[in-house]
Amino acid sequence: MSTTTGSSRASWRGVASEDQDELPEKVSVLLRDRSRRLLGALLRPYRKQIALLVATIVVSSAAGLSIPFLVSIGIDEGIPPLARGDGPAVLLTVVGVILFSTLVQAVTRQAFLNMSGRIGQNTLLELRRRVFDHFQRLSLSFHEKYTSGRVISRLTSDIESIAELLQSGFDALVRALLTMVGTAVLLLVLDAHLGLMALVPLPLLLLFTRWFRRQSAIVYRRTRETVALVIVHFVESMTGIRAVQAFRREPRNQEIFEQLNDDYRDANAGGMKLGATFMTGIRLVGNLTVGGVLLYGGYLALHDEVKVGVLAAFLLYLRQFYEPMQEVSQFYNTLQSASAALEKLSGVLEEEPSVPEPRDPQPLPQGRARGRIRFEHVRFAYVEEMPILPDLDLTVPAGQTVALVGSTGAGKTTLAKLISRFYDPTEGRVLLDGVDLRTLDEPTLRGAVVMVTQENFLFSGTVADNIRFGRPGASDREVREAAKAIGAHEFVTNLPDGYDTEVGKRGGRMSAGQRQLIAFARAFLADPAVLILDEATSSLDVPSERLVQRALRTILADRTALIIAHRLSTVEIADRVLVMDRGEIVEDGPPDRLIASAGRFAGLHQAWLDSLSS
Amino acid sequence: MPPDTDIPRRPLLSSLSSNSLWRMKSYLRPYVVRLIFIWLSAIIGIGASIALPLISKQVIDGPVYHKDAGALLPLGLLALGVGVVEAMLIWLRRWAQVKPVLGLETAIRDDLYQHLQRLPMRFHGDWQSGQLLSRATTDLSTIRRFLGFGLLFLVMNILQLITVTVLLLNMYWPLGLLVLASAVPIVWTSLRFEKRYIRISRQVQDEQGDLATLVEESALGIRTIKAFGRRHHVYDRFDDAALKVYDTSLAKVRMSARFFAFLEVIPNVTLALVLLLGALAVGGGGLTLGALVAFTTLMLQLVWPIASLGYILAMAQEAMTSADRLMEVMDTVPSIESGTETIDRPRGHLRFEGVGFSFPGADRPVLRDVRLEVRPGETVAIVGPTGAGKTTLTALVPRLLDPTEGRVTIDGHDVRDLELTTLRTVVATAFEEPTLFSMSVRENLMLGRPDATEEELAEAIRTAQAGFVHDLPWGLDTRIGEQGLSLSGGQRQRLALARAVLSRPRILVLDDTLSALDVETEALVEEALRHVLRDATGIVVAHRASTVLLADKVALLRDGTITHVGQHHELLAEVPEYRALLAQDADLDDASEGALR
Repeated sequence: MSTTTGSSRASWRGVASEDQDELPEKVSVLLRDRSRRLLGALLRPYRKQIALLVATIVVSSAAGLSIPFLVSIGIDEGIPPLARGDGPAVLLTVVGVILFSTLVQAVTRQAFLNMSGRIGQNTLLELRRRVFDHFQRLSLSFHEKYTSGRVISRLTSDIESIAELLQSGFDALVRALLTMVGTAVLLLVLDAHLGLMALVPLPLLLLFTRWFRRQSAIVYRRTRETVALVIVHFVESMTGIRAVQAFRREPRNQEIFEQLNDDYRDANAGGMKLGATFMTGIRLVGNLTVGGVLLYGGYLALHDEVKVGVLAAFLLYLRQFYEPMQEVSQFYNTLQSASAALEKLSGVLEEEPSVPEPRDPQPLPQGRARGRIRFEHVRFAYVEEMPILPDLDLTVPAGQTVALVGSTGAGKTTLAKLISRFYDPTEGRVLLDGVDLRTLDEPTLRGAVVMVTQENFLFSGTVADNIRFGRPGASDREVREAAKAIGAHEFVTNLPDGYDTEVGKRGGRMSAGQRQLIAFARAFLADPAVLILDEATSSLDVPSERLVQRALRTILADRTALIIAHRLSTVEIADRVLVMDRGEIVEDGPPDRLIASAGRFAGLHQAWLDSLSS
Repeated sequence: MPPDTDIPRRPLLSSLSSNSLWRMKSYLRPYVVRLIFIWLSAIIGIGASIALPLISKQVIDGPVYHKDAGALLPLGLLALGVGVVEAMLIWLRRWAQVKPVLGLETAIRDDLYQHLQRLPMRFHGDWQSGQLLSRATTDLSTIRRFLGFGLLFLVMNILQLITVTVLLLNMYWPLGLLVLASAVPIVWTSLRFEKRYIRISRQVQDEQGDLATLVEESALGIRTIKAFGRRHHVYDRFDDAALKVYDTSLAKVRMSARFFAFLEVIPNVTLALVLLLGALAVGGGGLTLGALVAFTTLMLQLVWPIASLGYILAMAQEAMTSADRLMEVMDTVPSIESGTETIDRPRGHLRFEGVGFSFPGADRPVLRDVRLEVRPGETVAIVGPTGAGKTTLTALVPRLLDPTEGRVTIDGHDVRDLELTTLRTVVATAFEEPTLFSMSVRENLMLGRPDATEEELAEAIRTAQAGFVHDLPWGLDTRIGEQGLSLSGGQRQRLALARAVLSRPRILVLDDTLSALDVETEALVEEALRHVLRDATGIVVAHRASTVLLADKVALLRDGTITHVGQHHELLAEVPEYRALLAQDADLDDASEGALR
């Protein structure tokens, strides 16, 4: 991707692995199998409407095409009777037929536009629904690889390029093609000699169009690439303006931006020049044909081998014969990007969730989760040769509060993710109340196990909305109670609109600590049997953390809890401490016993105490 | 809520909205010669395109009617010649247009970017980057399209309309009048349609924007959604928004279906009437046969110029709005202007002298009467509860914000009198939420010092414990940030720290830079920082006792002002608020203390 953009670029932009979104250089217009399957599945419900649609457009085009033909008949057959003094009967008939054709064309065209628009919008809606739902079903492992940026562009720009095709391109293409074919036939019917002459340049034009399509695909791609770089650089400069200004980055940024902007301009210039050449070519051939028809047709008319009306019809038809060629070509880029989009979307839809829902879900023994967790010979590896957890056995009785301690990469977070079934173990089983997690359906599992992490996402909406996310049916009172229980009530009531304060995009109007407290309230409201806190208190300042910890004592009293924290203050409320190292549990016991035993935990704890009292 | 309303507009602008667009003309100045050429070729082109039907008329009325084969050839050749000339003129005009049109767009975009980089943090806090982006892309394209094509077509279409109508009137005035009359409903409907179409298109766009926000949230918040099993809840929200887009899009489809169907009715009805009246006239001898043929051809040539008038006028309107939106940004005067003084040998003596800060319109100041002195080489930790104004305080030093009261001085110079480059060379900040750009690691680190050597780079990486960068797939050339490899919060903080250290500032500001590091890494980073801070003046915003220990003294910030300055252990012993903030075990109840000790 970066090979075309020069060496100076690569040096600042750095190297990254190929963007998986990019399709091979020649995006085939012939859709690949899976795109075709998707398209087929989407359109199948509309088979009858599509047949009707085809009929409508054929009638509409025929009516439209008949008009110049009728004009020629009017001239050839309508005028002589007038000259002979036979009255305007023929002329009036022809004019009446023209008006009728006009009406038919208008009605069928409106019907066609409405029908095709409706089918298009239904298809889009269905596609949006399918893709969105599928993304939500796909496992976390998929999302971690795929990244949110790509998910967003699948559901926005890709869908929009298909919408664009349906909106502007499709109607134009169908009409242009039908008009061209119909006109060609009519010209030949009107007068075979003159018709053949008028169609002589056609093969040449088809070749020219093919050349243009190829060139335009290249230019179009370059334009998109260059504009993407401009946009990225622009947005990053603006969102990171604090760093830009603090580090006097402006001149270098300007230099880079102007270079990118120039690249974009050059790509655009290529497109405009190509368009100019193509349009000129079409017009030139059209004009030459008109000249030729005039010469040859004039010659024929001179010898009474063709009527003047036919000649007039030819001149009218030729205008509408070559012009659509431009539309078809402009349509090509739209078609190309839409088919590339469809290809990507069909790829996403064929991804299988790596953590699938069970076909035959099992209930929990007592109907409601109690919170006993068991790891049986669990092995987990992202990459087969490097297991994060080689072989883990662990039982956590219901109601116990366990603190997980260990350095980065010891496997603490992986263990937590296995309990919340963001991943499935490579080998072995994870059980909740004796039932394999893989056999629990989603509502049961998510009702029983909730994980709060350091990155706690707030959705746009009010504080209350965000707390209620934990249990959508909860009443206002329950929302308040939850906030009170974890000590968030005070800060929330101090906000301008209390619980109805908008949190802003991604919670932007809240501080990191406030977001964290809301996330806690949300988890508390969900009332799970098993609560996992992964570094959940690290962005709180000390007073808030203290507040949360006091709350945690009550919150965790009757449920199983797994707490991961770098700072050992959290450990104080644990019944049991697990020290992990390279995927294995190396120390296990109540905190006071471990401290007394002078092991690894005792050392960590002493260091922590030192840092506090110094 | 776009901040358009927050930014004061110049009164002239709102009253004379075409003014902004007119102001863009200076960008076209370098291309005057080209522009004249373009206009000339456009006008000649119109002449040529009108000539073709007229030649057809001559052919029918002359050689064909009089059976004069000799006259046919010159007329035919003339038609061919005119055809070639017309095509060539199109090519020349379009080719000549490339430079001015794109030059205008590129120059304005460059200027906009430059201006935005100069505007202070305050401005960027009010404006989301998306809004700025839409000005740099969508609005600019609208302006480009209008100035480059729309304006030309507007004038050309009107010219063509007038010429052809005059021709038609001249040829046979009753039919000419008829054609002229038929233009009225088309223009009127087009204008009305365009207005409504733009409105409904905007609505679709807005609704698509709302949908995109939901998509964004569903992608970024996927962990939270999964953790709570709220797939269906999120889907329902999405579906509601998608249905809204669907309904509006259908209304849009219906509207344009009606319009486009109608658009073809009028010319065809006119054609029928022209045929009727024209044939009668030919029968009556008022019109030649060739003239009737030419008439029908010319008339069809008018359909597009007439129909597109509405479209182009709507485009003009949009371009004016876009120009206003653009100028709104361009007219914002940077509130932080560079001073003129420089410091030859900065020592890093920092003083806050009675500093106050409040956001405009806020009833409570963020900072008030802050007095603090940091001597060269000294490091001060700023401790305070959330919302006390710690980050605002640190932003005053490199002038990301200016105080509303009092002054900040470095080596006796008011920072507002210093050249911005000088000031920001003296001061470097590592922020709590580090900003990484989609560039190589090296470029990201050398943000503040493009001329750093490899050794200095390696040294900074060592200091910040950011050795992991050497293990990235392409080492220091690996692209990171949004468009590259994603890094953990701790890794990003370490890079931000390395960046600040590399710029070798006299004054180093660490705004809670270590919060995302694990205990062991934090200890290593702190150890290394101690060396860096030995030489530089330091301001460290701290939440943890361990970070405070980097400093020589601590300042306690409460309710926007500094209440205590002293040693960590002194404050711990004497100031209860300080104890409450930093002593983790300050008032835990006895039971847990007993359990631990």
